[in-house]
Amino acid sequence: MRAETPWPGRAAITLVAVLLVAPLAALVWRAAGIGGLTAGDVAALRFTLWQALLSALISVALAVPVARALARRRFAGRGVVIAVLGAPFILPVLAAVVGLLAIFGRAGLLNQGLVLLGLPRLSIYGLTGVVLAHVFLNLPLAVRMILTGWQAIPEDRFRLAASLGVPVRRVLEWPMLRAVVPGAALVIFLVCLTSFTVALTLGGGPKATTLELAIYQSLRFDFAPDRAAMLALVQLGIAGGFVWLTARVTLAQTLGPDPGRVVPRLDGRGLAARLGDTVAVSAALLFLALPLAAVVAQGVPGLAALPPATWPALGRTLAVALVATGIAITLALALAGHGGRLADLAGTLPLALSSLVLGAGLMILTLPLAAPARLALPVTALLNAMAALPFALRIVAPEVARIRADYGRLSDMLGLRGLARLRLLLVPLARRPLGLAAGLAAALSVGDLGVIALFGDTGTQTLPLLMLSLMGAYRLEAAAAVGLILAACAFGLFLTFDLWGRHEPRH
Amino acid sequence: MSLVIDDLSLTWGDFTLRGSATVPEGATVAVIGPSGAGKSTLLAAIAGFAPPGTGRILWQGRAIHDLPPWQRPVAVLFQDSNLFPHLDVARNLGLALDPRGRISAAARARIDEVLASVDLAGFGARMPGQLSGGQLSRAGLARVLLQDRPVVLLDEPFSALGPGQKDEMLRLAAGHLHAAGRTVLLVTHDPDEARAVADGIVTVIDGVVGGPHPVAILDDARGPLADYLGR
Repeated sequence: MRAETPWPGRAAITLVAVLLVAPLAALVWRAAGIGGLTAGDVAALRFTLWQALLSALISVALAVPVARALARRRFAGRGVVIAVLGAPFILPVLAAVVGLLAIFGRAGLLNQGLVLLGLPRLSIYGLTGVVLAHVFLNLPLAVRMILTGWQAIPEDRFRLAASLGVPVRRVLEWPMLRAVVPGAALVIFLVCLTSFTVALTLGGGPKATTLELAIYQSLRFDFAPDRAAMLALVQLGIAGGFVWLTARVTLAQTLGPDPGRVVPRLDGRGLAARLGDTVAVSAALLFLALPLAAVVAQGVPGLAALPPATWPALGRTLAVALVATGIAITLALALAGHGGRLADLAGTLPLALSSLVLGAGLMILTLPLAAPARLALPVTALLNAMAALPFALRIVAPEVARIRADYGRLSDMLGLRGLARLRLLLVPLARRPLGLAAGLAAALSVGDLGVIALFGDTGTQTLPLLMLSLMGAYRLEAAAAVGLILAACAFGLFLTFDLWGRHEPRH
Repeated sequence: MSLVIDDLSLTWGDFTLRGSATVPEGATVAVIGPSGAGKSTLLAAIAGFAPPGTGRILWQGRAIHDLPPWQRPVAVLFQDSNLFPHLDVARNLGLALDPRGRISAAARARIDEVLASVDLAGFGARMPGQLSGGQLSRAGLARVLLQDRPVVLLDEPFSALGPGQKDEMLRLAAGHLHAAGRTVLLVTHDPDEARAVADGIVTVIDGVVGGPHPVAILDDARGPLADYLGR
């Protein structure tokens, strides 16, 4: 008999289903009236796929040497490298764009260097910039996934290979990479497929518009919900197909703490290998750390000139993030407690339906009822929670399953159920994954621009939306300062939740 | 008045358990049989952890097989994981009295009293990780004694202890539970354990429940039981 009370799980599945199906139905209804894709739509579709493919391939290609170096070398500052590798995942995308512009932009460090050498300037706008930003944001994810693959090779296999004198590369590394790299590339491809903020700030124009950007423009500027609906369905069709493929790839292992295992090996002791590893790690560190440092360097001078709108926007950002985190964690716990295929599906489908697609559907649904701005903050919180749910569920579910296996019968016999079970059993024992999941959910929500850009106005703007309007008005110094505050919020919330999770109260 | 297993039949995966048995109130019976024959499934069925099947389980004439575990008159001492690792001993024992985790002054007094009765006076503030194997077993026994449930299932509860300590712990548990008037089912694969504490023997062989038989059956067995006992 199923002893645990199943209703929270069922309620969570129902809520997720409604939140996915209702906007989808609205999109299908509106899209029915329109003929087909225009030339511009086809161009957007082609650019979306092309930039995602390039971003994914470049990310994994660069990640392989970095991951190999981290897998086989123990060196001073390895912890710092791992920490820097985690940062771009937490950093709000808009803040990352400010950092990237400072390094690779028109007046950035790179171009200043090129000019000094008498070389032509590089432009960060268009395909180059979009792919550059996506590689910056996703290289760490690729390194983490491939590093996990390397660390999963048992140590004695390396010893066996060495004693037999067979090349490690061919018998151990190549098969592992063949198994791990396609999955990593697929995950990154999917993330880039639904990228909105990067395309909005570094892309744009007829040559560099993604589907998400086209949806936003048709809703926000062209007042063409029919066209937006159809684009959203195209986007959903593509993303859905790839999510179906990706469902087998576990995201959780890539987000967990670094196992810190370094496999001592007999190969890779030569000078060339040592040099190669050093270059790989240093280059990756430089590529990731320079824009991060630039976020601070660019932001500090503008702090004195922050617009007064910053503080209400900060309050709204934090409130939305905390509500979104609460919803995401509640749903993740309910789904993890329920288990089974339906719960799994409810935790995976939000990957296919990006916030912007869902937001477009909700906007079509609610336009006759209320002005979008009135719903901006609740809708943003809800959709941010949905976006974080797949990650939160994959982080929390294994621990919840372990607790049930170890203490489920004891709890059932004692009658430890419902809220008491949550308070006395689940929260204390799953504290660590809960803290990590909450931190990620909060950071993702703080940095989100998609939904709020659809629904928000100056009266409901969050920090990312304020930053966008400052960038649009070429108040770049103030924008950079808001970006710094935004980044501080994301890292602050992430660290607060994560530290709460790591802190063991008594035993 | 007794615990009645009446024509039970339940399937768990590709394993089926069936049979009947009647355990008199206040008796201590040993459930004996080869591993994989269904001993633990029988206990899970009585405690409410197994999937529902056909047939009935009755206590004092009242059907209990449809009740969830927490409403059954059944307490279980598991092989391991008898205490939550993140709660101290007193809070663990408090859950036996109130599953919402509150401990009244009266409850506190009862917890101290039961702890003293199993030679763990003053151990209430210890975390389970700080206890030895024998102390953990006694804390688990204290939890079962505090649970106000007339039927107690012991699922090879002391198998982690050394032979001498295991024997001592078994006699301590059987003595306390008998004195408290509990009806006890002890799962074991060791005939000596059964001889030491049991009033009767329930056999579970190839998924069939039988008994209770007199303890003497251990020395006078025929058929599959004799094969199992090695005679």
